[in-house]
Amino acid sequence: MADVLLRGGRVIDSNGERRADVLVAGSKVQAVAEGLSAPTGALVLDVGGCIVSPGLVDLHCHLREPGQEESECVETGTRSAALGGYTAVVAMPNTDPPVDSGSMVRDLAELGRSSLVEMAVAGAITVGRNGSRLAPMAEMASLGVKIFTDDGAGVQDSALMRNAMEYAAGIGVTIAEHAEDASLAAGGQMHEGSWSSRLGLPGSAAVAEEVMVARDLALARLTGARLHLMHLSTAGSIALVRQARMDGIQVTAEVTPHHLSLTDGALASYDPNLKMSPPLRSAEDVNAVRAGVAQSVVDAIATDHAPHPLEAKEVPFADAANGVIGLETALAVALTVLVSGSGPFIADVASGEDACVEGASAALGAPPDGAVGASGLLGIQELLALMSWKPARIACLDHSQGGPVVPGSQANICVVDLDAAWVVDPDRFASRSRNTPFRGWKLFGKVLHTICNGEPVVLDGEPQR
Amino acid sequence: MAERERRLVPRGRGVFVPRSQVMSASDVRRALVRMAHEVVERNHGVSELVLVGLQTGGVPLAEQMVAVLEEMEQEPVPLGTLDVAFYRDDVGIRPVVPQAPTSMPCDLAGRSVVLVDDVLFTGRTIRAALNALGDYGRPRAVQLAVVVDRGHRELPIRPDFVGKNLPTRRDEMVDVSEDGVTLGDVVIR
Amino acid sequence: MDPSTTVIAGKSSLRNLLSVNDLGADGLHEMMRITDFFAEVSARPIPKVPVLRGKTIACAFFENSTRTRLSFEAAAKRLSADTMSFGVSGSSISKGESFKDTIMTIDSLGADAIVVRHPSAGAANQVARWVSKPVVNAGDGSHEHPTQALLDCYTIREALKEKSLSGLRIAVVGDLSHSRVARSNVLAMSAMGAVVTLVAPRTLWPASLDGWPVHEITCDLDPILAHTDLVYLLRLQVERGAGGLLPSLREYTATYGLTARRAAMMPKGALVMHPGPVNRGVEMSSEVAEMPTTLVGHQVANGVLVRMAVLYYLLAGPEGVDAMDVSRDASVLSDAESASLVALDG
Repeated sequence: MADVLLRGGRVIDSNGERRADVLVAGSKVQAVAEGLSAPTGALVLDVGGCIVSPGLVDLHCHLREPGQEESECVETGTRSAALGGYTAVVAMPNTDPPVDSGSMVRDLAELGRSSLVEMAVAGAITVGRNGSRLAPMAEMASLGVKIFTDDGAGVQDSALMRNAMEYAAGIGVTIAEHAEDASLAAGGQMHEGSWSSRLGLPGSAAVAEEVMVARDLALARLTGARLHLMHLSTAGSIALVRQARMDGIQVTAEVTPHHLSLTDGALASYDPNLKMSPPLRSAEDVNAVRAGVAQSVVDAIATDHAPHPLEAKEVPFADAANGVIGLETALAVALTVLVSGSGPFIADVASGEDACVEGASAALGAPPDGAVGASGLLGIQELLALMSWKPARIACLDHSQGGPVVPGSQANICVVDLDAAWVVDPDRFASRSRNTPFRGWKLFGKVLHTICNGEPVVLDGEPQR
Repeated sequence: MAERERRLVPRGRGVFVPRSQVMSASDVRRALVRMAHEVVERNHGVSELVLVGLQTGGVPLAEQMVAVLEEMEQEPVPLGTLDVAFYRDDVGIRPVVPQAPTSMPCDLAGRSVVLVDDVLFTGRTIRAALNALGDYGRPRAVQLAVVVDRGHRELPIRPDFVGKNLPTRRDEMVDVSEDGVTLGDVVIR
Repeated sequence: MDPSTTVIAGKSSLRNLLSVNDLGADGLHEMMRITDFFAEVSARPIPKVPVLRGKTIACAFFENSTRTRLSFEAAAKRLSADTMSFGVSGSSISKGESFKDTIMTIDSLGADAIVVRHPSAGAANQVARWVSKPVVNAGDGSHEHPTQALLDCYTIREALKEKSLSGLRIAVVGDLSHSRVARSNVLAMSAMGAVVTLVAPRTLWPASLDGWPVHEITCDLDPILAHTDLVYLLRLQVERGAGGLLPSLREYTATYGLTARRAAMMPKGALVMHPGPVNRGVEMSSEVAEMPTTLVGHQVANGVLVRMAVLYYLLAGPEGVDAMDVSRDASVLSDAESASLVALDG
């Protein structure tokens, strides 16, 4: 593997920002300094003006292998991740069959050989993810699993969840929850509120998420377990986490790019590519989630990359599968919405041609006056923290991921051109699926290069394998 | 003015500019009285007669003619109105929206129907009207009375009673109103 | 010639009828006016006009509704259109053909307009995105059922012998949150000038009143009856009785059923409507169902008329023609020109 010299970039990591060249040799960073000269045979990349950051870490993606390879597989999913600047992903266990045993974890590790980036596997909390019996968490933990979740559904049985947390606390792993009370959410197609009332789609109320967040926080306090709350989407959830922090509960929280950028008004188009769980929420919720991000209540931005084939989305809304893909757009959406200050960008939304005017403007996701602005909410370093080193710590991947770009560190790096504007064209995605809610959006910030364990897996926006 | 040829007027662009008056209001009145006499003569009275005015231009003329006929013959003459929008052959070529009510005073079977319209031009409205009448029964005969026949027929249709034969250019317009008959042009903006 | 009753040039375009909101107040009144013409047509010895000869109207019913489908088919046939019908049973849907594939097949078979009924809200909107032909929503989930609202408003107008519903005090009673009929009717009634009050137990209220142009919403039927000119009873799906939304059917009937006692509290001559079929003894008692001021049968007959008006308007009216791009310059017309145009277009 040839050495790689990144010349002229702005290095931003948990240590701060500095202008430096970065020399990668083997799987490690060899030197970080200004004016480095290229060793013979090294690949020299001019990254003048671009950000050089630790690679991004996604806490939450669905790679669909084994079982649903028509939507995604480890190879395509991790290629998609690499193109998005990720050097590590946590694969959710809701495959078919689910990852609920040591042998499944070993199988996944085998599949991980085709991965372009580091792939960590999350295990299921319950056998078959059916919420009735604890899965062999210790066995899976002994094979390296650090996060356990029944994602796709929450653990409905409170006593079982208490036991899961007690057990997890004992073996030092994290319980991650898809916080959704199934009985309250039953039949819901979208967020319950003004727009569900207009559109005649059955609603799922914010409380369906919040009661489970509240329960899990209480259980985490009781058991002392490490709790990670996934894809929080409501103002109430953010408030609960903020309070729990003050109460000293060990909790981390993630939010998704789509919950930061889209409101339920976008559903006026009835586009099934806007259907996900939890659903797109009201503008007030979006603003609260953004505020949670800005005020460090939220620890990570995770994609909830959920690929589905066309036939699962070209169906009536009620029949459509939940979920959107996000690995290739997450950073740019977050940069555009939270950092760039180019608020009105969403006016280019191509989605929902037949949306009524109100729907279209609600789809803008631009907050009303007095709300947390879409612009300049975060500095670039704070955003990278949410997408790289903080999630790396939550996933216990910080030995190799998200660390500062210093000599001797593992060479997991992404290079981002902040000024590059591009239009989302799902037909060019490396993902096997096309179910993005951002089709046609003009975004700022493009991942140019991704280096994973010293290997340039993406160069100039093109995957190298 | 049912027979004014719409095709000449691209929707949204034509404006009527009057040029010369060819019949005064009293000329129209006299023509109607004369045609009423011809109708009575042809039909040997007015029993079994129905007048049908074509919406919208033919209706006031039919009303006037009915008044004349009733005064002449001292006998009621049923009056119907007909909007032919649903029978036109230009559906899908230009907007065809009915403008005024259709009503038939009685079953037409066995009766003589006199269709009354203001201007006879291509004949297409009359063709549509003949089809429409068929849906109300089987008249013994259908006759046609028009105030102005301006020529340029596109179908084998001729009037039975004519107020005035008026040679025109195809691109001219004939306007019939309470004030009489005016010849003018369509100015395309 | 009265300009207000002639060509509707330059109106906002109505390509599809997906929601009552597509029509707006002017469109509703225009549709009522056109329906009057078809009422006359239907009274003729031969109740059929050749206006849509050569057109094909597809009825794609992904949810069983014999009444609505027959009504649309009858409307199409009275306009001389051909019909293609597609129902869930015996279709390839059960063989796994996707919704989109089915629609595209109907489209390629040469339908000139597609009437869609589907259990999912927004299905007609999706169809309208996929095909360029006019699409009529014949009921989508708990979203809308615009032609039902048109026929109800037409029926009210007919019963009152009035052209608008201005000032009419209407109470819409029943399962508001799951009712496409309620939503479409509230939109249409309000646009036509009625003052609408919604009445239901809290568990059947819509999640929000946004998009519901109503005077008020209440749980209590009795106090408003004295100030109500028309009670519109929604069909209660009997299974809701056991769904946890209502304690029991009996309790619903006791609280919201229109009995003779409650009907007597209404002003003299007040009307009662129901989209049918009526669950006698649930939404209304048999005595009320038999009252001369209870309009259920009329609605069915008028359904064909309003559907004729809708199909005609979309395929032969200004919108059908605009679709063919004849009058693309209409937008540059000044008001004065529009006025003289109206006078010309005899």
